[in-house]
Amino acid sequence: MKNFKLITLALITLLFTNACSNDDDATPPPVNEEEIITTITVTLTPNGGGTAITLKTQDLDGDGPNLPVTTVSGDLAANTTYNGRIELLNETEDPAEDITEEVEEESNEHQFFYTVSSSLNLTTAYTNFDDNGNPLGTAFTITSGAASTGVLTFTLRHEPIKPNTGLSDAGGETDIETSFNVTIQ
Amino acid sequence: MRVFILLFLLISSNFIISQNCNNTITGKVLDLHDNTILVDARIVVLEINKQLLTNESGGFTISGLCNQTYTIEISHAFCLPKTYKIELISSIEKVFLLEHHLEELNEIILEGKTNNDSETSLENKITKEELEKSSSKSLGDVLNSISGISSLNTGNTIVKPVINGLHSSRVVILNDGIRLEDQDWGAEHAPNLDINAIDNITVIKGASALQYSGNAIGGIVITETAKAPVKDSIYGKTIVTAASNGRGGTTTTQLTKTYKSGWYGNIQGTIKRFGDFNAPDYNLSNTGVYERSLSVRGGINRFRSGLEASYSLYKMETGILRASHLGGAQDQIRAINNLEPLFVDDFTYNINSPKQDVEHHILKLKGFKKFEKLGKLDFKYSFQQNNRLEFDVRRGDDRDKPSLDLKLNTHTLLLDLDSKLSETANLKLGLTGQYQTNFADPSTGVRRLIPDYSEYNTGLYAILEKQINNQFIFELGARLDYTYLDALKFYRTSFWEDRGYDSTFQDIVVEEFGNQILVNPKLNFYNPSATAGISYNFKEDFKLLFNYSLASRAPNPSELFSEGLHHSASRIELGGLEFKSETAHKFSFTLQHDSDRIRFTINPYINLISDFIVIEPIEVQQTIRGNFQVWEYRQTNARLMGVDIDGEIKLNDYFKYNHQFSIIKGKDITKKDALINIPAASTRNAIAYTNKKLNNLNLRLQSEYVFRQNEFPDNNFEVFVPETETLEIVDVSTPPDAYHLLGFNSSIDYKLSKKSILTIGFGVSNIFNTNYRNYLNRLRYYANDLGRDYSINLKINY
Repeated sequence: MKNFKLITLALITLLFTNACSNDDDATPPPVNEEEIITTITVTLTPNGGGTAITLKTQDLDGDGPNLPVTTVSGDLAANTTYNGRIELLNETEDPAEDITEEVEEESNEHQFFYTVSSSLNLTTAYTNFDDNGNPLGTAFTITSGAASTGVLTFTLRHEPIKPNTGLSDAGGETDIETSFNVTIQ
Repeated sequence: MRVFILLFLLISSNFIISQNCNNTITGKVLDLHDNTILVDARIVVLEINKQLLTNESGGFTISGLCNQTYTIEISHAFCLPKTYKIELISSIEKVFLLEHHLEELNEIILEGKTNNDSETSLENKITKEELEKSSSKSLGDVLNSISGISSLNTGNTIVKPVINGLHSSRVVILNDGIRLEDQDWGAEHAPNLDINAIDNITVIKGASALQYSGNAIGGIVITETAKAPVKDSIYGKTIVTAASNGRGGTTTTQLTKTYKSGWYGNIQGTIKRFGDFNAPDYNLSNTGVYERSLSVRGGINRFRSGLEASYSLYKMETGILRASHLGGAQDQIRAINNLEPLFVDDFTYNINSPKQDVEHHILKLKGFKKFEKLGKLDFKYSFQQNNRLEFDVRRGDDRDKPSLDLKLNTHTLLLDLDSKLSETANLKLGLTGQYQTNFADPSTGVRRLIPDYSEYNTGLYAILEKQINNQFIFELGARLDYTYLDALKFYRTSFWEDRGYDSTFQDIVVEEFGNQILVNPKLNFYNPSATAGISYNFKEDFKLLFNYSLASRAPNPSELFSEGLHHSASRIELGGLEFKSETAHKFSFTLQHDSDRIRFTINPYINLISDFIVIEPIEVQQTIRGNFQVWEYRQTNARLMGVDIDGEIKLNDYFKYNHQFSIIKGKDITKKDALINIPAASTRNAIAYTNKKLNNLNLRLQSEYVFRQNEFPDNNFEVFVPETETLEIVDVSTPPDAYHLLGFNSSIDYKLSKKSILTIGFGVSNIFNTNYRNYLNRLRYYANDLGRDYSINLKINY
């Protein structure tokens, strides 16, 4: 029985020393989300030169309660072809991390989709592709038609089924989905 | 032999001296372990060569004894005989304790246990045989066979028990006397326990077993390991199971060595490996599981004291259906509207992201000592470490990094005293202390889901059991727990301000970092609990139980600190720092009948819970990733009521019919609406054939019918879909249809040698390959449940 008491004592001591040693006030470091995409900037440059138009959505608190802020720098001209580039940033890090590079490196596992509302007179075409020749879509062209207004939506899918016929059978997980009110003049 | 000769001489010498020979020994023979009465124990008084058996209450009387020393030998069927020397100078009364043992290794006797965890509430048991048959199943699957218990599933490998409609932190799992601390707050966190390492399970639906916990608002699952017999022996068993669905199996083996001196050692290990499971019409991609467990224990078991040290490791890696990994509401619509999962690949054993990789270590030391007057003193200490890694589908450098990496360390110390106040009264007293720390590894690159915290807990309880007469037993208990939680939590500044915490909790702010804010909540919770009950026996084989239990539970870290996207649920979850404990009042009645031909229990209950913490949707939030439904924890008043019915009829010597029925209604009284995730009514009917003469042949056909849950809150929401330019409803509420499954099980024994028996089992589940979905499976939106499964099970005892 003596042993028993000794073991009990030893354990209690262990328990409390352990309890005390962990009880320091060192503050843990904050975690900055490494993967989050806070900002998408779509730059549309007219084919023959001219002022570029930017469409931008910024959501600095990610899934926090603040709404994303969407800006469109101007209207599109009618019957014009624009070269589009998409830039993705994680602005929770300082300096901001360019996520576009990551997406382009993993082109087989990503794809952008462009959804044009029926009222908007506009067509899109992919201009960059993954290693297997399937669309990637960080580069594209937009060809505007007659004057109209409507919604242009950009969707980035991670690990979609490729090739696919569109969003409905692509599956995967949505990393970006943002809509812009666009006017063609 | 020398002793005998000596004795003989002694006796002969004594006979010469004539004496007063009117002494009487009035004795009672009890099992040392649990004070069970030992009927028909053989009493031999060597000196006068007198033999007799104990009566029905374990008593005996020998009269006409002289003033001398007598040698009394007491033996019983399952005990080592014990010899007492008693010097008589007058009549005496004495209790003789024998150690009741397992006679044959292959026939472990469980029914001898009368030391119930609660005398006045219904206890449901799962025996060793049932556990052995389900060797490749999880704890949740096994418990599912008890009426009133269902499970909350994430796929079919992550299975959490739901007792009378409650789960997670409201269900306490006791692993061989110590509460399992495995981050049970998460709906997709299965208990980290290998059922092959345990010997039997007892379930108490409610909080009436206060010696274990005061916050088991749902119930307690008690698992026990086998007792080692005190004799020289070595024995073991190996079970191999193979199943067609998942193309895998389980191998488990254990070996025990025991000595007459009381020393024993046991080693046990299990490996379980399954690839992708399949639904009737398609493969369920990325649903494989790889589980390993190892346990070692050793100790000494004496009549009046014992000590045991043990270590166990449990490791489980399990994939989560690939098609369930998606983004926001628009992805949800696609997944729900598609009849088949969007992602179906060929069968593989590989487990990819999303997956869970969990490791649980338990180091334990326990001992007991019996004191003549005081009673039995139990001591337990354990250290548990739970390390949970969750992997999501990630990008770039983060690809192989877990999204969640939590390490939960828990030290527990328990001291229990079980004392017999009188022949009819029993008092249990106890003291518990627990210290727990959680560490969330920041290197995941994902904000901490659960913050770093330290938690201190102490508890104190007393339970009195009093047998009033042969018919009535009365039970009364009280317990108080105190919890102190010291956390360091990072909030998003936007959330902190949106919630108004910047004014109510300003004093706990430690530091501000850009768009995050570090706070140090220090929370105190006092949780009283109590139980009162009565057990009434009548007409020999009827029993009526009534139990009232008051339980209270402090909010768990998830309910307090959640704020952000819960990936596996595709929703944003928000907790509340201001939450207080929830309090439950449960009234449970049981009518029990147990005769040779018919056995049944009817168990209606009502559970009234105030400040019940529920999570429910409040709005749809727009983010750069699309729309997400926001679910917020809220405190409300709830009422759960239902009835569980169990019945068994012996049709003849061979055939037996079993019936089970459970129904439960859950209501949010404040909101006047149904509670979410309340199991649907279900019934099970089985017919079993057993022939002991024919190699113990067992055949069993079972039907299970699960009704549709018609009472559910409508949490559907609308979301705009750009492709179709329409608003569409995301139907996250409507429960799936009712379903019926048929299963078959069989087993037969072969004696291989004198000591070893081979048992071969064969089974089929979901015989008709029925397509079905279960309301309580979190992946029901995305895929059908399991299709037909053939399994074989070989067990060898040696």
